[in-house]
Amino acid sequence: MAEAGSVADASDLRPAGAEIEEEKRRDAVSGEPPFKQPRRRDGGLRAALRDALFAALVAAVLGFFFLGLRTEIGPGGLVLSTRWGLFATAVAIVFAGRLLLRLFVFRDARPRTVTAAAPGWAAALTALGRLLGPGLLVLALAFPFLILWLFPQRDRQYLDLAILILTYVMLGWGLNIVVGLAGLLDLGYVAFYAVGAYSFALIAQNFGLGFWLCLPLAGLLAACWGLILGFPVLRLRGDYLAIVTLAFGEIIRIILLNWYDFTGGPNGISGIPKPTFLGMDFSRGEDGVAAFLGIPYDSIHRFVYLYYIILGLALLTNFVTLRLRRLPIGRAWEALREDEIACRSLGINTTNTKLTAFATGAMFGGIAGSFFATRQGFISPESFTFLESAIILAIVVLGGLGSQIGVVIASVVMIGGIELLRNLGFLRDIFGPGFDPTQYRMLIFGLAMVVIMVWKPRGLISSREPSAVLKERKLIGADMVAQGEGH
Amino acid sequence: MEYFLQQLINGLTLGSIYGLIAIGYTMVYGIIGMINFAHGDIFMVGSFIALAMLVVLGVTAASSLPIIILAILLVLLIAMVFTSVWGWTVERLAYRPLRGSFRLAPLITAIGMSIVLQNFVQVTQGARVKPLQPIVTDGITLLQGGGPGGGIVVQLSYMQMIIIVTTVALMTGFSLLIAKTPLGRAQRACEQDAKMASLLGVDVDRTISLTFLMGAALAAVAGTMYLLYYGVIDFYIGFLAGVKAFTAAVLGGIGSLPGAMLGGLLIGLIETFWSGYFSVEYKDVAAFSILAIVLIFLPSGLLGRPEVEKV
Repeated sequence: MAEAGSVADASDLRPAGAEIEEEKRRDAVSGEPPFKQPRRRDGGLRAALRDALFAALVAAVLGFFFLGLRTEIGPGGLVLSTRWGLFATAVAIVFAGRLLLRLFVFRDARPRTVTAAAPGWAAALTALGRLLGPGLLVLALAFPFLILWLFPQRDRQYLDLAILILTYVMLGWGLNIVVGLAGLLDLGYVAFYAVGAYSFALIAQNFGLGFWLCLPLAGLLAACWGLILGFPVLRLRGDYLAIVTLAFGEIIRIILLNWYDFTGGPNGISGIPKPTFLGMDFSRGEDGVAAFLGIPYDSIHRFVYLYYIILGLALLTNFVTLRLRRLPIGRAWEALREDEIACRSLGINTTNTKLTAFATGAMFGGIAGSFFATRQGFISPESFTFLESAIILAIVVLGGLGSQIGVVIASVVMIGGIELLRNLGFLRDIFGPGFDPTQYRMLIFGLAMVVIMVWKPRGLISSREPSAVLKERKLIGADMVAQGEGH
Repeated sequence: MEYFLQQLINGLTLGSIYGLIAIGYTMVYGIIGMINFAHGDIFMVGSFIALAMLVVLGVTAASSLPIIILAILLVLLIAMVFTSVWGWTVERLAYRPLRGSFRLAPLITAIGMSIVLQNFVQVTQGARVKPLQPIVTDGITLLQGGGPGGGIVVQLSYMQMIIIVTTVALMTGFSLLIAKTPLGRAQRACEQDAKMASLLGVDVDRTISLTFLMGAALAAVAGTMYLLYYGVIDFYIGFLAGVKAFTAAVLGGIGSLPGAMLGGLLIGLIETFWSGYFSVEYKDVAAFSILAIVLIFLPSGLLGRPEVEKV
């Protein structure tokens, strides 16, 4: 700023044109290449080395107090231990990694700050996605039998993982209505998940109702909470909306944690009934499902049943969402996402539109919550932290806002990938017995969130089909839509 | 009355810490319009660096006064330098590649970075809480309440004095930095219009990086003060402190430095009085409700400029 000012002052004293001359001279002296010449790529080894050294220096500064030193609680206060070997290794890895990246991947002097859209690739992926949908559906329907057939030893573990992934798929689809379709950024979605779970648990405990009766009740209650929490935030947008919904999520969690008489506080609620099949439960006895169907009892049946319940619920969410998108209300949601002012000026009641989006999303969250409660048999406020909301939102955004199949892919990648880390026992042989791969799950999860987002800021499936067309269906590239910006 | 005064002092101390963190939020939001979700965790990183440094120096309450003062100054300096590198790195890795991308992307990477920082510290330093023996003890008695049992003593501890004085000094320094120096001018220019600023020769990337450096340095001061004041830290303190500090920034009017400080003090006072007179369990509910109420009825905060919506 100061320099620019002095140049302007000096130019008053000189003849016309001198300014331009001076600029050219300054460019030549400072080594800025004239614009006609192509930009020189400085991919030289020297520059790369300097860059890598800088990265290593930064890593050394970052790691010094965390990798190099460690404070432990010892007798008479904290004691310090040092781990210079680990520290040096980490710095060396950063140096080598940055050098290789610089030499082979980033050829520019600095990483490009604008990511170019790749419409052809995205279109191909979406075309594949059209086949992928039915394919995945068939796979999902046949999954328990495949598992029982292929991995009879570990069937329970894989079914459990599949149930977990499907729960997140359902939550992701539910949140997709709020964030992806209506463009309302909700960071407190876990509140509705919690409301659903606690409604089911409390109704079942106090009134003795079963799972199938409680499921719609829990959904309704969660939808009511969606309205209650949605009403005050109608005027808020974007980041402000995000932070207030986060606050609501935390408020609900704190109330669940502290209202001992009603919710059991931190001890939670246990003994939540399991779902029944036409009034029969999955027990070994005479009136169990196995006896009724005339097949030998196996504890895996209950998991297969749970799997189909959550698959059905998730597909219901998807179906409702797809149908709603064709109704006026769905159109209104998408219009709201694209431009709220235009939406209002065209006579759409934005209050109703926002509240229905909140309520619908919350209802599916609540239904997923009551499924969670019946699956676990035990719930406590521990399960409904902000991290849960962050994971669900991450799934929606990483999958590509508004894309249904994207949510599935993101859930499988993120949840499945994270759970796979539990099975990496062989790493212990490499890194020694003190190494526990599960410790690194969330660290890797966070890194994956950052890396995927930087790699594809619009999510994995970034193009969308328009819901209303004039003559022909065309895909809309990611750069053309302003999805979910909340304004 | 004595009880009220004591709570007032405690609230102002807590509020100063929130205010220091809130400045980082407000500056970043002002300049690039995003919630730097990882800022609370930068605060946590700062307090861990300060903890390690204090253990390295080995000062205790038994050390002589000049040594304690020197040690605290040194710890502050080291924590500020090292933490600001953390702040710079987070911006460089997670936010700069997404500049100009759509708005949700940096929010997601910020949440990702927050998860990364928490778990990095948990993995490298352990999940257990770290207690620190108090280093600055004692204080001065302001008021001795009457009554049969001796009454309530209103005390201003030296640590509280240090916190409030440091905060006031940093606030003054910062306001001058923003108002008088070329860097502050560049920052205000980028805040108003980044594209125009870059056309006029302001290096926007560099200015944003410096903003993150300064925010992280202030968070490190807050982290050090938190550690010295409460004496207990763990890897999770950043989340709650971060949300409350963001509340403070919003309450004061986002983008406004005095607003952040004012908001911090108000949140600190509300929280302290709520726990003092009502219930400790629901003090966070009080803080979060304030956030919701302020945003709903006063979206531009106490000292912020109202946002003009253009079609």
